[in-house]
Amino acid sequence: MRISDFDLYKDLLKEKSGLTLTPDKSYLLDSRLTPVARKWNCPNLEAMTHILRGMPSSDLVKDVVEAMTTNETSFFRDLKPFDQFRDVILPHMTKSRPSKKLRIWCAACSTGQEPYSLAMLLKENAAKLSGWQFEIIGTDIDTSVIEQAKKGEYSQFEVQRGLPIQMLMKYFEQKADRWALKQDIKSMVQYKHFNLLTPMAMLGKFDVVFCRNVLIYFDRETKETVLKNMSAVLPEDGFVILGGAETVLGITDVLKPMDNTRGIYIKPTCTTIAIPAAPKAAAVKA
Amino acid sequence: MPSCLVVDDSRVVRKVARRIVEDLGYACEEAEDGQKAYEACTKAMPDAILLDWNMPVMSGIEFLEKLRQMPNGKGPKVIFCTTENDMAHITRAMNAGANEYIMKPFDSEIIESKFSQIGLVTSKSA
Repeated sequence: MRISDFDLYKDLLKEKSGLTLTPDKSYLLDSRLTPVARKWNCPNLEAMTHILRGMPSSDLVKDVVEAMTTNETSFFRDLKPFDQFRDVILPHMTKSRPSKKLRIWCAACSTGQEPYSLAMLLKENAAKLSGWQFEIIGTDIDTSVIEQAKKGEYSQFEVQRGLPIQMLMKYFEQKADRWALKQDIKSMVQYKHFNLLTPMAMLGKFDVVFCRNVLIYFDRETKETVLKNMSAVLPEDGFVILGGAETVLGITDVLKPMDNTRGIYIKPTCTTIAIPAAPKAAAVKA
Repeated sequence: MPSCLVVDDSRVVRKVARRIVEDLGYACEEAEDGQKAYEACTKAMPDAILLDWNMPVMSGIEFLEKLRQMPNGKGPKVIFCTTENDMAHITRAMNAGANEYIMKPFDSEIIESKFSQIGLVTSKSA
C-alpha cells in the first residue's frame, strides 16, 4: 500500500473513531478491508481508496470503521474485574446508595458478553440485592455488533469462553446450534450505538463504567479526552474499570488507581470509598 | 505436580489434550475407555479427569457414576469433554457429579478457562 493511501485510512479512522493506526498494523488494512471493497463492488482495495478520496457515502465510511474495529470479547473476560465488582464495588454501593439504584455503563461492549456477564453476576447475588434496581447500558461504535448483542445469541464456541457451565444451564436456552440468553437476563441490559469521541452527557450519569481494552487503540490525546469526559459522567464516588494493559497514569489526573485493587480507578478527591486491605502475600504453591 | 487423567477413545484427541494439560502444569495419564480409567483410578486417584462420553466397553457417564462411589472418588475434578452438546446431556453429567463440561471441538483456551473456573489453575490474569 502506498504511504499516501495508508495516511488516508489513518486520518479517517482517527477522525471517525479515535482509532490510532500505526504502520505496524498496516497489514490489517488489506485483510479487513478487502471484504469491504468486495461488498461495495470495487475490484480491489485501491479502487475503494479512490472512492474514499472523493465523496464517499457515510455508509461506506461506517463499513470501513467497523471493519477496522477489534471486537474481541468473552464472558467474564479476565474474571478479576468481575470479582472486584462483586467484592469491592457492590459493597460500597449497597452502603452508599439509599435510593437502591445503580447505573452501569459498558463502553465499547462489542457483542454484549461483558454487560450480560454483569447481569448474570447481579442475578447470582440477588439475595443480597433485593429491592435494587440496576440499569446496565452497553454501547459500541459498531452498529453490527450492537445488533448481535441485542439478539443475545451465541455460538457454542462463544459460550465456552469464560462462562461456567452452571450459568449456561441457568441463563441460556438452546436454539438449534446457538445458545440464546433467557429474557430475564436480556431485559437487564439496554444497548445503544455510541462513539466515545462524542459528548457523553447525553447518556446520563453512571456509578460504574467498564471501559476495558479500548484505550489501547487510542493515542495519548484521545485517551485523555475520553477519560476526562468519562470522569465527568461519574458521581464523586464513581468507579471506572480499565483493561489490564491500560492506565490513567501519565495521561490524566482526573482519575487515580484505587489502592489494593487492579484496574479500578476513582476520583482523587473522593474520600468516601473504603480502600480494601492489602492482599496477604499469597502462599507459595509447589 | 498435580495429575490429570485424559479419557478418550481417540488417540488423536488424547494427544492434543495431553499437550494442553501438560502446558497447564499437569502430569498426564491416558485411558482409552471408562473401564481402563476406572482401573487407573483404583491405582492412583488423579486430581483432574478430562472425560469423553461415548466410548466402547464403558461410557464416560458410567465411569463417572462408579468413580463417585469409590473411596476418595469425590476428590478428582471431572470435566466432560464430548460432542454431546445438548442441555439434557449437560444436565445429566452435572447431576452425576461432573464439575465442568466442554463441548467439542475445544481448544487450549477453552480447557484453560474451564480449569481455572473450577480452581485447577490460577488464571493468568488473576
